[in-house]
Amino acid sequence: MSSEVGQQHPLGIYYKIWTLLFVLSACSYAVDFFEVQGGLRWTLVILFMLLKAGFIVSVFMHVMWERLALIFTILGPPVVLLLLIGFMVIEANYVSGTRYQYMGHDTDAVALGPNDLHGEGHGAEEEH
Amino acid sequence: MSEAAVDHAAPLVGVDGLVDDWTADKQTYHVPWGKAMMWIFLVSDTFIFTCFLTSYLHVRLSTTQPWPPQSEIFALSFGGDPIPLILIAIMTFILITSSGTMALAVNFGYRRDKIKTFWLMCATAAFGASFVGMQVFEWSKLIEEGVRPWTNPFGAPQFGSVFFMITGFHGLHVSAGVIYLLVVAFKVKAGHYEKKGYEIVEITGLYWHFVDLVWVFIFAFFYLL
Repeated sequence: MSSEVGQQHPLGIYYKIWTLLFVLSACSYAVDFFEVQGGLRWTLVILFMLLKAGFIVSVFMHVMWERLALIFTILGPPVVLLLLIGFMVIEANYVSGTRYQYMGHDTDAVALGPNDLHGEGHGAEEEH
Repeated sequence: MSEAAVDHAAPLVGVDGLVDDWTADKQTYHVPWGKAMMWIFLVSDTFIFTCFLTSYLHVRLSTTQPWPPQSEIFALSFGGDPIPLILIAIMTFILITSSGTMALAVNFGYRRDKIKTFWLMCATAAFGASFVGMQVFEWSKLIEEGVRPWTNPFGAPQFGSVFFMITGFHGLHVSAGVIYLLVVAFKVKAGHYEKKGYEIVEITGLYWHFVDLVWVFIFAFFYLL
C-alpha cells in the first residue's frame, strides 16, 4: 500500500524540465563566453540561476505537488536568510569604507590572470 | 475497511488544509517520516551553504584588492587557445545530467522496475563520481598555480579561502551522495524495498537534487559573477 502514496508523474515532464535545465545552463555559460558585462551580466546570470533553481525544486524535488504544510516548512525558514544577506551587504560596505579610509587604496592594483603570470611574463623574466 | 474509512478521509487542501494540518491533533506532514526528515536536513543544509555564500559576499565586497578573474583562472585549453570557464561548464552539464537520471530512477522506483532503477541510480553515481574527479583536477591545477587559502598570485587573497571552502564542502556533499546512491541502488537490486515500498529512492533523489541545486548557486555567484 505504502508505495502507492508516493510521487508518481508522467515521464514527459521530467524530459521537458531536463532539456530546459540544459538550455538555461548553456545560456548562463553563453553570458560568460560572449563576455557580457555590467548590469546585464548580473541580471541574466541571476535570472537563469533562479529559473534553474525553481525548476529543480518544484519539479525534480516534487515540491509543486506537495501539501502547503510541507511547502511552507521547506521554503519559509530560508526567507530569513535574505535578511542576513541584506545585513551583510551593509556591513561589508562599511568595512570596505573604513579600510579605504584608514589603510589607503592602491588605485593601480589590477587582478592578474594565469596568462599574465605564466605566459609573456615568464619569458620576460628569463630574458633579464 | 473501517480503519480505512477513518484514516483516509480526503484531507482539506490549500489554506484550509494548512490550518487543519497544523492545528488538528494529528500528523502534520502527509509524507513518509524519512522524507520529512530528509527535508528538514536539507533546510538546515541550506543554512550552511547560505552562510558560506554570504561570507563570500562579505569578503568580496569588503576587500580592497581586485578580485581574481575567474573566467581566465578556470579556462582550459584543448590544444588551441584556452576556452574560458569550460571545465566548470562541463561540470555543470554533468551534474544536470545526473539530476535527470535520478529523477527517472525515482519514477521507475515507484513503477517497481528494480533493474531500471538500479541502473539509473548507478549512472547517477557515475556522473557524480566524474564530477568529483574533475573537481580534484581543478583543485590540483589551482594548487600548482600557487593558490592557497591565505594567498594566491592573481589578486585578493580571500579568493583562495572562499574557493577551497565552498567547492570543498560541495564536493564533500557530492562524494557522500555517490556513496549513498550506491548503497541504496544495491539494496534496490537485492529487493530490500519490495515490501517497504520505494520512497527511499525518492528520498535519495531529494538529497541528490539538492546537491545539484547548491551547484546552481555556486556556478552563478562564484564562477560567473
